[in-house]
Parts: sequence; C-alpha cells; structure tokens
Amino acid sequence: MSRYRVAGRGRVDTGRAIAFTFDGTTYRGLAGDTVASALLANGVHLMGRSFKYHRPRGTVAAGSEEPNALIGTRRGPGRFEPNTRATMQEIWNGLEATSQNRYPGLKFDIGAINDAAYMLFSAGFYYKTFMWPKSFWKRVYEPFIRAAAGLGVAPREEDADTYASRYMHCDVLVVGAGPAGLAAARAAAAGGLKVVVVDENAEAGGTLLSEPQVHIDGRPAWDWLAAELAALKGMGVAVMTRTTAIGYYHQNMIGLCERLTDHRETIPADMPRERLLRVRARRVVLAQGALEKPLVFNGNDRPGIMLAGAAQTYLNRYGVRVGDRPVVVTSHDSAWHAAFDLQEAGARVQAIVDTRTEVHEELLGKARALGIPVRLSHTVTATSGRLRVSTIRVNPVESGVVGAGQAVACDAVLMSGGWTPSLHLFSHTQGKLAWDDERTTFLPAATAEDCVIAGAGRGLWGVAAALEDGARRGAEVAAALGRGSTPAALSVAHDRGGSGVSHIELPTDRDPARAKAFVDYQNDVTAKDLRLAVREGMRSIEHVKRYTTNGMATDQGKMSNVNGLNIAADALGRPAPQVGLTTFRPPYTPTTFGVFAGYHRGGHFEVTRKTQIDAWAEARGAVFEPVGQWRRARYFPRPGEDMEAAVSRECRAVRNGVGIFDASTLGKIEVVGPDAAEFMNRIYTNPWTRLAPGRCRYGLLLGDDGHIRDDGVIGRMTRDCFHVTTTTGGAARVLNMMEDYLQTEWPGLKAWLTSTTEQWSTVALNGPDAAKLLAPLVEGVELTEAAFPHMSCAECTVAGIPARLFRVSFTGELGFEVNVPAPLGPRLWEILWEAGQPHGITPYGTEAMHVLRAEKGYIIVGQDTDGTVTPFDAGLGWAVGKDKPDFVGKRGLARPDLMAAGRRQLVGLLTGDGSRLEEGAQIVLDPKQPLPMRMVGHVTSSYRSDAAGRPIALALVEGGHGRMGETVYLPMPDRTIAATITGTVFVDPENARLKI
Amino acid sequence: MLLIHCPYCNETLPEAEFTYAGEAHIARGADPSALTDAQWEAYLFHRSNVKGPHYERWRHLHGCGRFFNAVRDTVSDRFLTTYPAGAPRPDLAALAVKVPE
Repeated sequence: MSRYRVAGRGRVDTGRAIAFTFDGTTYRGLAGDTVASALLANGVHLMGRSFKYHRPRGTVAAGSEEPNALIGTRRGPGRFEPNTRATMQEIWNGLEATSQNRYPGLKFDIGAINDAAYMLFSAGFYYKTFMWPKSFWKRVYEPFIRAAAGLGVAPREEDADTYASRYMHCDVLVVGAGPAGLAAARAAAAGGLKVVVVDENAEAGGTLLSEPQVHIDGRPAWDWLAAELAALKGMGVAVMTRTTAIGYYHQNMIGLCERLTDHRETIPADMPRERLLRVRARRVVLAQGALEKPLVFNGNDRPGIMLAGAAQTYLNRYGVRVGDRPVVVTSHDSAWHAAFDLQEAGARVQAIVDTRTEVHEELLGKARALGIPVRLSHTVTATSGRLRVSTIRVNPVESGVVGAGQAVACDAVLMSGGWTPSLHLFSHTQGKLAWDDERTTFLPAATAEDCVIAGAGRGLWGVAAALEDGARRGAEVAAALGRGSTPAALSVAHDRGGSGVSHIELPTDRDPARAKAFVDYQNDVTAKDLRLAVREGMRSIEHVKRYTTNGMATDQGKMSNVNGLNIAADALGRPAPQVGLTTFRPPYTPTTFGVFAGYHRGGHFEVTRKTQIDAWAEARGAVFEPVGQWRRARYFPRPGEDMEAAVSRECRAVRNGVGIFDASTLGKIEVVGPDAAEFMNRIYTNPWTRLAPGRCRYGLLLGDDGHIRDDGVIGRMTRDCFHVTTTTGGAARVLNMMEDYLQTEWPGLKAWLTSTTEQWSTVALNGPDAAKLLAPLVEGVELTEAAFPHMSCAECTVAGIPARLFRVSFTGELGFEVNVPAPLGPRLWEILWEAGQPHGITPYGTEAMHVLRAEKGYIIVGQDTDGTVTPFDAGLGWAVGKDKPDFVGKRGLARPDLMAAGRRQLVGLLTGDGSRLEEGAQIVLDPKQPLPMRMVGHVTSSYRSDAAGRPIALALVEGGHGRMGETVYLPMPDRTIAATITGTVFVDPENARLKI
Repeated sequence: MLLIHCPYCNETLPEAEFTYAGEAHIARGADPSALTDAQWEAYLFHRSNVKGPHYERWRHLHGCGRFFNAVRDTVSDRFLTTYPAGAPRPDLAALAVKVPE
C-alpha cells in the first residue's frame, strides 16, 4: 500500500490497484481514486506551476473548485485535454497525466524568475508596462505575454471523441446529491413527481462521503446513503452522477454536462465522451452546498497547504493522509474536526492555530484528549519550503498587536476561513443576494425563477440541518406542483456543525507590501494587488475585478470572490454589502467545446443544401462554393485547367454557343390570390397591374428606408399568380418581409405566399444556340421572337415534363430558364445535355455567371449593393414605379439624404494599365493628397473579361454618374492604379444578343 | 431559452420556434407620402428601448408562421402576455404579476 494510504479508511477499492503516469513516472492508486488523491497517497503534493509567477503549487481543494492542480490528460491521439482538475479526474490503468505551465520541468522551472520579479508583476502590470511603442503590441508584447503566462496548451489534433446532446423534461430537478439534495428528492418524489438529481462527482452523497462518522436514523452515514439511493431508485428518481449543472438559463432551463467516458479504462464502441442535456424543469432545487474559504496569509500557496475540508475528504473518502505532521490554521470550528480525524488516522498534528480568542470547550477538550497543542489568538505570518511546505511561522495576537513569531515544522497546513454558499447557479438566474452579517457572506435571496435553495447553499451548516431543510424544500416544491407530502423527520447523531469568524488578510508583523498572500490562486492575485487597485482609483468591485483579474480564472472565483470582496471593501472603507459581489457566469466549471458543438461538427457543422442536379456536377468534377447554405458548382475544370482557364472557356461557350447552368438555388415564392397584383404593387418598386399574364419583369425590393434589399425576375403566370424569384441567399428574408407586411400592415389583402424554392429545379440555357437547342423539346409555346419575346413566361412541357418556361437572361445572351418539378430536374438536365451535344453545350458555374452578368452591368444585391444603395444610386431608377401612390421604400426614397448630391453611385471602371482591380479596393480622386486620404468609393466587382478584351470592374463612387470619363486612383500597397470611370455595360449595350 | 405562448396556436413553446421582430404598435401610415420627414424618421428609426415592460413583435416562424405581439419585461426577461397582431395594447396594470407556468 502507498506510504500515505490509511488502512480502513475511504471508499476506494483496496483490492483493485490502478497504474497511471504523472510526468512520465508511474504511480499506483486504487479504484475510486482521483489523480489528486492517488498522487497524495504517494506523497506527491507538487502538481503544477502558477499562472503568472510560476510558483510551485499543490492541490488545495478536493473538488471541482480546485484552482491549482490543473493537469493535461492523454488517451492516445486526439484525446488530449489541458486544464483538467486533478481533483476531478478519476484514474484508470494507462492514464497519462502531465503537469502544465513549466519549462523544462515541474521541479525546476525557468519561468519561476517571474516570482523573484514579483514587485514588477503586480495588478495592472500589463496595462502599465506593455503600452509603448504601439508597433510592439503584436510582435513583441503579445508573444511575450502568451509565452510567460498561461495554463495548459490547447490540443492540436482533431478531437477523436464524439459528443451527444439531448433534451430532458422533469417536474423537479435537484442539483447536488448531498444530504440536502437527496432529502429534497425524496420529499418531492413522495408526491409522485418525476424527479432528477444530478451531481458532478463520481458518487452521490456529497458531504456524507467525507463524514462517515455521522449516523442517520440510527445507521452509519454510508449505510444510510446506500439504502436511500436504492429507495430513490425504487421511487423512480434518476440520480445522475458525473453530471455538472453548468448553467441556469431562462425559465428553468438548466444545461447539464454528463461525462460518460473520461473515467473509463476502455471506451465502449460508439459511446460519446460527454452528453449535453438541456433540461426544462417545472421546479429546481439548488442543493449545491458550500465551498470552504482559504485564509489569506503570506505564503499561503505552497504545496502541502490546503483547505481543512479537503484534507478531511482525502482522508475519509479516499483513505489518504495528506501529511504526517500537519498544522491546522483556522477561524472556524470545522477545521478542528479535520485535525481530530487526521490525528486518529495516525498523523501527529503539530498544532491547531485558531485566530479566535475563544473556542467551544468541547473542541478544546477533545484536542487535549488527543494530545494536540492548541494556540488560540494566533496568526500566521509566513511559511517556508520550496516545493513543499516545511515550516509555518505563527505569532500571538493580543489586542490587535502581533507578537513575536515562532516557526513550527510541518509537512502540511490545513486551513479554513469558514464556508461560502455555492451561489453560482443562483447568480445565473439574476437572483438577488443578501448579506448575512453573522456569517459574513452573501446568501441567496429572491429570484424570478421557480427555484428553491436548500441546505448549506443558504448558510445552514451540518448534516442534520441539511437533511431537514432539504426535506422541507422538497415538500414545498411538491406542494407548489399540487402534490402534498410530509417527509419523516430523521434523527442525526455525531453531526459536526460549528461556527466561525471571517477575516480579511490575517494580521501580520511584517511589511504587508512584501507579503505574498494569495486570494485568487489560479490568476495569481494577492491581497496586495487588490489594495493596489483600490489605491489606483478603482472604486467599483467590477473594476477591481478586471484590473486585478481576481475571480476571472477558469474557476470563476469559487474560492476567491468572497475573500476578494472583503479585502476590497476594507480598502475602500465601505461595508461589504455596499461594495457588492461580481457576477458569476456560466459555465459552472470549464466545459469542453466538444459538448457544446455536439453533433454539429464536420459535415454536420451546418446544413448543406444541395440541388437535385448537384450529383451530376459532382460527377463532372465541379469545384463547389458555399452560397448561403447552398453549395453551388463554381466551375467545371477540364484536366489541366485552373479556375481562370475554366471560367474563361465557360464564358466563351456561353457567348458563342450555349451554356447550361443549374439555377435551382434561386429563391422562389408563389404569390397568389385576387389581390396578388395589388400586393406586388405595394411590395416591389415596379408597377405590376398592367403586366400581362405570360410576361415577366425585373422586380426590385426596397426596405421602407429606401435602400435595396433584393431583386429578381418575376413572372405573372396568370392574373392571380406570380412566380417570384429572389436572390439565392435572400429567399427566407424576402418571404419573412412579405409576410410581415401582408399580415400586419395590409391584413385585408387577399393574397397568399408560399415558398417554392425547393419545389422547382431550374435549368438555365444561355447563348446564341439556346433557342435552337430548346425549341424542338418544347410543346405548348413557339420559341420565336414574336410568340415568346424576351421577358415572357409560360406553362408548357419541355421534353414531356410539365414546366414553367421563362425567357430571361442574366448573361446578356439569349436565355431561357426551365422550371420543372424538383425531382425531375436531373432528367431534364440529361435530356438537354444530350440534345446540346451537337451545339457543344457547356456546363458553367457561378464564377462564369458572375463574369457574364458583370460584363452586362447586372448587379448582384449584396455584392454591388451594401444596404446603403438606392435604385437611383445603382442606375436602376427605371425600375421604380414613380406614379404608384405607395410602395415599400417610396417614402424612404424621398428622405433628404437619399436625394442629396454626392451619393455613391454604381459605375464601371477600366484600368489604364490593363490590370485587374481588387474587389474592396478604395478609390481616391487625388493620389498625391496627404494621409489619411479621403476615400470616395470602392470596387464592388472585378473580373477578367474575354468579351471586353480587358479586365472590367464595377464600383460605387461619390457622384459617379456625373464623372464619366474622369480618372480616379486606387492606392494599393505596392503602387497606385489609375482607372477611368465608364458606364456599367461592357458588352452589347444595344441588347442585340438577347434576340432569337 | 425562453418559453413563449403563441396566441394563435394557444401553446407555450420554446423560443427556438420563434423570431423576434422589433417593437410593436409602430404603425406604418396609410399614406406615407403625406408624412413629414420628421414623422417618417420617427416611424423608421425611433424606438422606445424601455427598461421594463416592452411591447414587441414576434413571429412563430417554425410553427403557424404568424406575427403576434407580446409584452416582455426587459429586466426579468419574462413575458407578461402575448396577443394577436392588430389587438390593442393590453392594460399593463392588469397583467402585473402574471407569470406563465
């Protein structure tokens, strides 16, 4: 058995030894151990280095509040986790654990030089030091700070684990499976309610696991616990262990993180590592207990110095004696029991040092009986020992005067500054806290949520009080849900309640400015830092927190917030309740990104919408790009072609023969009803009343502010039916906007809107040969200039498939868009593809489409417009029905600033040197003006254009429509490019090519 | 996640089914062209941004698809009531402490 293991104590399985490594050394622990308890059993206290000063640190707690003992854990490739709490990680055969934030090793760490330079690194150090010159911010200061400070290193490999997520509903959710939580669950379940109890520990029981001496109902605590858990199971209560309530959200939604595999030696196939549960509970019982406060004294952070309650847990739950010669330092009764337990387990307690002048005679008597020296009215002023505490200096205090100190040799220091209710989840509800003078801490008061707090969470210490309060709260909750129950009273023996006093820093005879009295261990914040922050002008506790970073580490101030508050309040000369507590934020403990992501990773990160024709494009080797949620074929490279070559070939094919394009992603909305035309009149800028059925029109949609929101070609299929198309990314937004106006502004209109985007497959044929190819396949319409002119639409059949045929063009070539029922899209495509072979039909992607439309000056909303562009700015004034009494945006267009001179207007740009401009490049009028130059616009679209014979660009330029022929300049990092302002149409301004 | 009562479906459902749609009871004038620049500016841009009960619009997007109005306390984030679009503002005093189950 390991050197510090105590026979007959603890719940670990002495029959099952477990081997694991820490920094490469193999250690043996027992089944049921955590990394921390197993290392302590082997006499290892040094487990990490601190964040800023790289001071040697050991475990200070035994639960999830542990700030120091953060380790990396590894289980093969992709299964490394930094910043795991050694106090929570259960051991299994083969676990590899490593210490963090040290180089080259844990025992000798170069970064510890920071500790010697302590005076330099005080509060606000970064703000004061890393200011000038500005050029150093990124290259010098940040790398320095990042290298010097920090916790673990983020893993570089992809996470090999999977994560699950689920919803859960229950009547009562109990957070915490200690005596209060279990009693509450029992009382609530007795009313027949569906009750779920969660606890972050591996075992239910809470404080009962550390206090086996208690007798409940005449039985030893652990026997009672086992029977009670069985009884709860029998009543249908789910008790979930290794499950942390990470956040308390609106209306009793609690986030739970359930850890499924981190404690297992082998991972069952397909088992997720963790599961996120979103629980909606009708009532919540918070029974999270209390956290012990450290005492703040010089040198309170050496390995071997820990909370008294933690030492008690290590002894009673894990069977580990944390030292042979401990000294107990306390201001609260509870630590006395830790001393007694350790003495009885074979340790020689060197002294109980209590800051109080009077202590209950019962405790004094027991200390005497056990032969433990007691020093009342004493303080601690220093400790020594580099990698493990070796002495502690204690001084008498009389009438506030600190007397001469005396060093006491020891190998561990157990401290207790009293207890603080765990208020984190309660704070997430925006619950109000009330100061309790007697316990000098905040207690939960009112909250808007349907939640109650039970036990130590509201300042009730001891098992008896917790059981009684839990039962009462459980019954109260059941009654609130209409189920009565009268919980039986339980008799409790050998309970340990107790009281104590609260301190700021312990009194000292030394210069407080030189003291290293840590308040926040994880962020290396000392009492001196807090006082300095107040001296330097921080008045609000929120400012003190941010300036010093107290309570801002991954432990969210579990151990430090109340001590920090008390010290800041003292420095401010104001009472603590007036200073107030900073806000605890979710998650309660650090939570993996994996569990938040859940199933949303890799291919499931986001929905990928594919058209029916997508598979054809994929088989043809198309390169895809995301457009909104859609993936669209960007170009179809032939062997040896790069993007430029492929796009150029695709453009030529459209201009010279015929191209085929999958336009199915276009948003489509069917507007029907007797008032459909009136509705269209009010929504779109264009007039629709006189548009004949069978005709199309380019529609422009504005917001009521007068700015362009969307556009698309709209066909009037019949008098009462419009086939509206929108931009690919704008479909949902446009439908929402239409519904908004229809439902809330014009509820009297008889018009109905249906999203039909996914009902149609849309295939575009563009090019001089388009009609020749299509005409033989079409029945019901004659594809001639006279019978089916540009901007016509018709219901017909194409290759025998019922279709809506549009004669429209987004390329400047003769064009058709064939809409067929979506599943028939691939069939239509194949037929057109076969029929097009004699014409050299060429599939083209979105990139060629962009070039072709830019050559014609057709805008893309969102690329050539940016939410500040009006139809007149974009040169689309012709699409505005000025004679209509009203439409969305009409009044907006008359706003003074939208009619003012000097607005940015869409123009073409041709470069003098034939270079291609960069989209987003800024435009100036005078390249020689001093910096910063006045920018008058920017490039919105820019492409190589074979048809124009040179690169072309579209740009928004101040007063651009009045600057035709002027030269503007585009300063780039290496040179300034001159460009001439032109119209936006670069190819076929007469639209001759649109004709059949 | 909030729970929201849809006055059309008459069900209390999770927030994920709904989308927010801005402040309520800001009517678009029957004849916007008759409004002054100041009136139009107020319609487009001026919002109350209250601390406390706020009249606002929501849409049951992934349900019935309809817009409705709500009174939500911006401090507690609780819905005091919801009601159909077009209905008059409910009397705040009458809703004082009605918290939905």
